[in-house]
Amino acid sequence: MRPASEEELSAAIRAATEPLAVRGGGTRSAPPEGPVIETGALTGIRLYEPGALTLVAGAGTPLSEVETALAREGQRLAFEPMDHRPLLGTKGEPTLGGVAAANVSGPRRIQAGAARDFLLGVRFVDGAGQIVKNGGRVMKNVTGYDLVKLLAGSRGRLGVLTEVALKVLPVPETSATLVLTGLDDQGAVAAMSRALGSPYEVSGAAHLPDRGACCLRIEGFESSVAYRLKALAALFPEAGQEPQTDPEASAALWREIRDAQPLAAAEGDVWRLSVKPSDGPEVARRLGAKAHFYDWGGGLVWAALRAGEDPRPALSGLGGHATLVRAAPGGPARPPALHPEPEPLAALSRGIAAKFDPRGIFAQAEAA
Amino acid sequence: MEMPTPDRSVLSRKEEIVARLRAVLPAEAVIDELSETRAYECDALTAYRCPPLAAVLPASTEEVSAVLKVCHEMGVPVVPRGSGTSLAGGALPTADCVILGVARMNEVLETDYENRFIRLQTGRTNLSVTGAVEAEDFFYAPDPSSQLACAIAGNIAMNSGGAHCLKYGVTTNNLLGVTMVLMDGSVVEIGGAHLDAGGLDLLGVICGSEGQLGVVTEATLRILRNPEGARPVLMGFASNEVAGACVSDIIKAGVLPVAIEFMDRPCIRACEAFAKAGYPDCEALLIVEVEGSEPEIDHQLGLITEIARRHDPVELREARDAEEAGRIWLGRKSAFGAMGQINDYMCLDGTIPVSELPRVLTRIGEMSKDYGLEVANVFHAGDGNMHPLILFNANEPGELEKCEALGADILRLCVEVGGCLTGEHGVGIEKRDLMTAQYDPADLEAQMAVKDVFDPAWLLNPAKVFPLAVSEARRSVPIAAE
Repeated sequence: MRPASEEELSAAIRAATEPLAVRGGGTRSAPPEGPVIETGALTGIRLYEPGALTLVAGAGTPLSEVETALAREGQRLAFEPMDHRPLLGTKGEPTLGGVAAANVSGPRRIQAGAARDFLLGVRFVDGAGQIVKNGGRVMKNVTGYDLVKLLAGSRGRLGVLTEVALKVLPVPETSATLVLTGLDDQGAVAAMSRALGSPYEVSGAAHLPDRGACCLRIEGFESSVAYRLKALAALFPEAGQEPQTDPEASAALWREIRDAQPLAAAEGDVWRLSVKPSDGPEVARRLGAKAHFYDWGGGLVWAALRAGEDPRPALSGLGGHATLVRAAPGGPARPPALHPEPEPLAALSRGIAAKFDPRGIFAQAEAA
Repeated sequence: MEMPTPDRSVLSRKEEIVARLRAVLPAEAVIDELSETRAYECDALTAYRCPPLAAVLPASTEEVSAVLKVCHEMGVPVVPRGSGTSLAGGALPTADCVILGVARMNEVLETDYENRFIRLQTGRTNLSVTGAVEAEDFFYAPDPSSQLACAIAGNIAMNSGGAHCLKYGVTTNNLLGVTMVLMDGSVVEIGGAHLDAGGLDLLGVICGSEGQLGVVTEATLRILRNPEGARPVLMGFASNEVAGACVSDIIKAGVLPVAIEFMDRPCIRACEAFAKAGYPDCEALLIVEVEGSEPEIDHQLGLITEIARRHDPVELREARDAEEAGRIWLGRKSAFGAMGQINDYMCLDGTIPVSELPRVLTRIGEMSKDYGLEVANVFHAGDGNMHPLILFNANEPGELEKCEALGADILRLCVEVGGCLTGEHGVGIEKRDLMTAQYDPADLEAQMAVKDVFDPAWLLNPAKVFPLAVSEARRSVPIAAE
């Protein structure tokens, strides 16, 4: 099914008698089995006001279309959504709805916020076929409950997004990266903490152990970037330093980090663990991963593990959560892809799902 | 403003309820004498008052849990209260409710500069969060005008903003985790020092739920390193339209100031008379603040004043030093006090798309004439969050009702142009009955379904946010015949 309007989508969901799979651009998973609802016809940018930093578009709108429109006005999605295709080897086009539904955020999450922080409003159709709107198109809005956040990251479990409103931001004049070399994991995370705790507005902090590169990104006006790069470098007199001042090269490096490319060629399953930044190295040590790297100042650990291995025991006593992003083909049964919640939290999540989707039409989404 | 009729079966059991609360709390933490419960009869929306059945001041998560368990078992509504600074009546009691105040819970539990967070009890005031970390040159970003008094618990309940949201976001963007007690007394931990949710983003829906889903007793908040410096520029314009166009041009130019504040003529005059900040006599005034090192500030202010010059400003004043910066902010910061001196006022909080600014201001001017009530406008222009202040005389019979009617018309206008009823104050009781102007029945149903899950008996702050007629079937307290 490929509904062309919210009403058609609502009718299709009402008529459904068995669980449906919802598909946006299909970049994060293999084609599902059973009946599928595609959002590909719910497209188009419906409103874009650069002076108000606001964009509203159909959930099926390709991300590339949105990014092109924004670039024309010197703006962008500041949460830097990851492109899953290089890591997963999938085809297709990421959609705005997919990005919102999975709260897909990149390296700038540590400074600017996640997709959920830039999502101003949503329209969706719930499991009963009800058309619901929440939030709006303005930057400050506390009118009623914030279902926008609840839908962001719900991975289709509560409903099918049909329209999203986003806050956008200007693209800075330039950017550069200070690469610190010769640091072990612990030293790199300490350096990233220091950088993120400085007044220099570091907008990316990642460490690639295989290359021995601890990367700190600065963005802004030319004079400002030059100044802050120097000030930042002065914080680390002991470490080796390779400033990357070519904006193109700097951008390419952060695209690689964003898309988890350092693990694209790794064997096994790829997991993403969100932890307290200073716990990152300990988690990596416990995992003994074949390959790993850090983003978000150490708070996001990307790890390639043996197929079927469960990383969650490594979080014991530390907190945080782990998500399976890529399962190697075949192999043993996998632990649940999404982090199981403890009771009574899990009961709350189940309760909400049961309210929004009483017939379990989107129950498949739980495994997504 | 209509409130549900108090449940007589609760009122008649007052003695038993108080005795059971006394059994789980220290004696001084339970207040039931009318002379003392009066202190809790209203919040900052002082037009509406009602002393609660009792007030309790627990000192820990465990005590909050014990209180809620008792109230849950006995079917007593609970209204959580931070510092009582809500302008929307979020903490307004009913005669049959227990006020649960978190004021005694104000400890800092953990500060972690390496991971940039602070964990604290939520009775702590907003400003004292920054106070706890400023020695290390850190701060907590959301800064509502009431920050000296307002509690983090209330900030979370209302998803409070402030003047610096354009750059730093509002409470929900700076909240990492909570310890929350559900109405049945169970304690949940959500989020923490890590980022984002592993499953559904429950933290996101709790923030801004106006104390209807649970009582947040502890919070983990993101703290940030102070910028090297900050400096404002003041700009006067010949009309609201021109000032509005200037705001839009600044944003489009790729400069992201930390704050853009807007004042119209009635507001400028009142502030000038009150604070003598040396504001120019003009139709509209902008205060734009940027951050960074001295040269960075110079560069950004250079770009901003260049844009402003294209709009023929009647005044352009860059702060040369801290004293001058202080004077620029002085008038804006005293706006509410200045208004209070002239008159009683009602402060609205609608948000509109920035592009609609001139049109909305013109319409508000017309409505103000129609109603015969003066309206002064002061607001966060960068994000479209307006604060029209309606001046009225509370001692004049019928004037409050007239003021509320004008307020409702202005908020409907905000919704009409694509905005919303409230940007940072919350719905409370004040905008409760306007919710249907912004939301269809299915939209409200979806929100109420979330409360059904967290608080199936609808005992937590039940008469807020949703129009009474819409929530009637769900509220457990039967409307007894008077």
